[in-house]
Amino acid sequence: MAFRASVESGNVLLRFIVRVGRESLGLVSTFGAMAIFFFFGFINIFRRKQIAEIVSHTYSIGARSSLIVMLVGLFTGMVLGLQLFYTLVKFGSVGALGSAVSLSLIRELGPVLTAIMITARAGSAMAAEIGILRISEQIDALYTMRIDPVRYLISPRIAAAIISFPILTAFFDLIGIFGGYISGVLLLGTNAGTYLYRVQFPVDIVDVRGGFIKALVFAVIVSTICCFQGYFCHMRPQGFGAKAVGLATISAVVISCVMILISDYVVTSFLM
Amino acid sequence: MDAGMPIMELRGVTKQFGDKTVLDGINLKIYENQVTTIIGKSGTGKSVLLKHIIGLLKPDEGTVLYRGKPLSAMKRDDREEFRSHISYLFQNNALLDSMTVFENVALPLRQTTNLAKKEIETRVKKKLEDLELADASYKYPSELSGGMQKRVALARALVTDPAIVLFDEPTTGQDPIRKNMILSMIVHYKKRFGYTTVMISHDIPDVFFISDRIVILWEGKVGFEGTYEEAVRLKHPMIDEFLRSLEGFEDELTGLLSREAFRVHYGAMLGGVAVQSTISAALFSVEFDLLSDALGPLAALEVLRALADYTNKHFGSVGAFSARHSRDKILTIFPHTSADEAKQLVAEFAKQLEQDGLPKIQSSAQKTVGAEACFEVYVLAGVTDIGPSDEINTIIEKAQANQTIVATHRCDAGGSEG
Repeated sequence: MAFRASVESGNVLLRFIVRVGRESLGLVSTFGAMAIFFFFGFINIFRRKQIAEIVSHTYSIGARSSLIVMLVGLFTGMVLGLQLFYTLVKFGSVGALGSAVSLSLIRELGPVLTAIMITARAGSAMAAEIGILRISEQIDALYTMRIDPVRYLISPRIAAAIISFPILTAFFDLIGIFGGYISGVLLLGTNAGTYLYRVQFPVDIVDVRGGFIKALVFAVIVSTICCFQGYFCHMRPQGFGAKAVGLATISAVVISCVMILISDYVVTSFLM
Repeated sequence: MDAGMPIMELRGVTKQFGDKTVLDGINLKIYENQVTTIIGKSGTGKSVLLKHIIGLLKPDEGTVLYRGKPLSAMKRDDREEFRSHISYLFQNNALLDSMTVFENVALPLRQTTNLAKKEIETRVKKKLEDLELADASYKYPSELSGGMQKRVALARALVTDPAIVLFDEPTTGQDPIRKNMILSMIVHYKKRFGYTTVMISHDIPDVFFISDRIVILWEGKVGFEGTYEEAVRLKHPMIDEFLRSLEGFEDELTGLLSREAFRVHYGAMLGGVAVQSTISAALFSVEFDLLSDALGPLAALEVLRALADYTNKHFGSVGAFSARHSRDKILTIFPHTSADEAKQLVAEFAKQLEQDGLPKIQSSAQKTVGAEACFEVYVLAGVTDIGPSDEINTIIEKAQANQTIVATHRCDAGGSEG
């Protein structure tokens, strides 16, 4: 108590350290809670009666996101083609355009941008939907009906994300390479044969595998964070009811995006 | 009224939210096949108490026991077993609003049982029909009225054939007829399926008529536990005041006086009338439970309302006043009237009731029993003198002893069933 009193009246530095300590502890416990949440969500995927739910969520998270992912993939590829063309021209190595486009897409941009797009489209929806179920006591109702809410609501979404992310990433890569073809070959006049040959020449199975590993990691991160934020939106200290759902959705999207980029660095450094 | 071992028991249950103690050492027993009603001012932790019974909340201190076994010490399978026997009806219904009515009711069966698809469909359809929801099967909860949503929630709670059903203010926000319908339904299905009912409700007086035990929560503690009659007899000032505050001037369902208002009226009349003046009383009743079982709760309510309506209109002009003293018993006091005169009044009244009042209910009754079925409704009445010092309970007993059937209504459909 004496310590607390001295902190409250104490100097700025002490208060700062206390604050940092408290926030860090909160952060660690949140990550721990998320890990446990994911664990239960994941093992419950393999329970009975899950197939129908998983299929329906794969449809809404995966299939319904495919168009937007492909659109973004197309323009990302086109921009890459454009930018890399003018960079490579300076070094007289336009022939490497195909390699540059395909490698940057498969290793890096494909998984990351796909994950961010799905977060924006489906992750926000997960958080908001589950948040509303929570505040209107529908999750409690599931519990009273002996339906485990984690099994019924969370597991299918995690499973759907794990299925959808790699497939959508593959779509993104493919369309992106095609986008590079449009800008590099059709608009700027690089040789088509060289571009297509150089697309496949340097790409190793290691690159493709790395891209998929990233996609899987992002799937786990995005689905866990978004579901977690919605599921525990009633425990937010800053707001209740509809406001809590709004805040949960914001946190879900922001934390997911940040975590995608952080984990991207970590995974890349392991893969290199 | 102890019925052996309680099916559920709370021992010293305490719960705090932050600094606020919501439940403060609650001791409570719930007996099998009884209707236990929890009442109390808002914010006294009624819903929290109910959530402890089903295990949605865990007590900070104390234990919750099911058939003598503490829930906290149960093995996983035993707890699942316990939970399969208990249903909860939320105050706000908590229907899954992105699913249709049918899917909502089917959900517990689909997710927790291994029944075949066909079987689930049959059961759900049956339940929806029982609760007059067949037309709403493919609507979404937001497309339904409050009353219908409540019935969907009830259908969902009952579709698993539970042993205990917890009702958190099942009648809130309903009109008087629907309120009574819901209460009737609870009792009706209770009889049919034999579930134990725990309910939070403030529907005075009807909730008292159907409750076996009443628990009054008072500042996080059990202030009273027993029958309604005991609560009234106890004359505890706080309980008395609370009960009176619940009971308005008028009986919502019938438009008659409330029991409390009736008591005041009666007291005032005894004070005002000269001693030699004669007073008499009549007790009217319909066999509500029989009617409800045979014709459905709506038709039974119509009969009751028709009776109350007629009593009000007919006897109001001679200065008489009436109130319901149990679910289906109406007591009318005739000031300045001897018992013989009262008998005559009652006879005239019965004749008119038979001619105009009862036939009206036929159409609504036929909806539930079918046009070809034959049914019979009868009204009982008993007249008695009142002594100057008679208590209301004494009058009821005296009048009940004199009751005979005064009006009957038989359907005139074929009469094939001799």
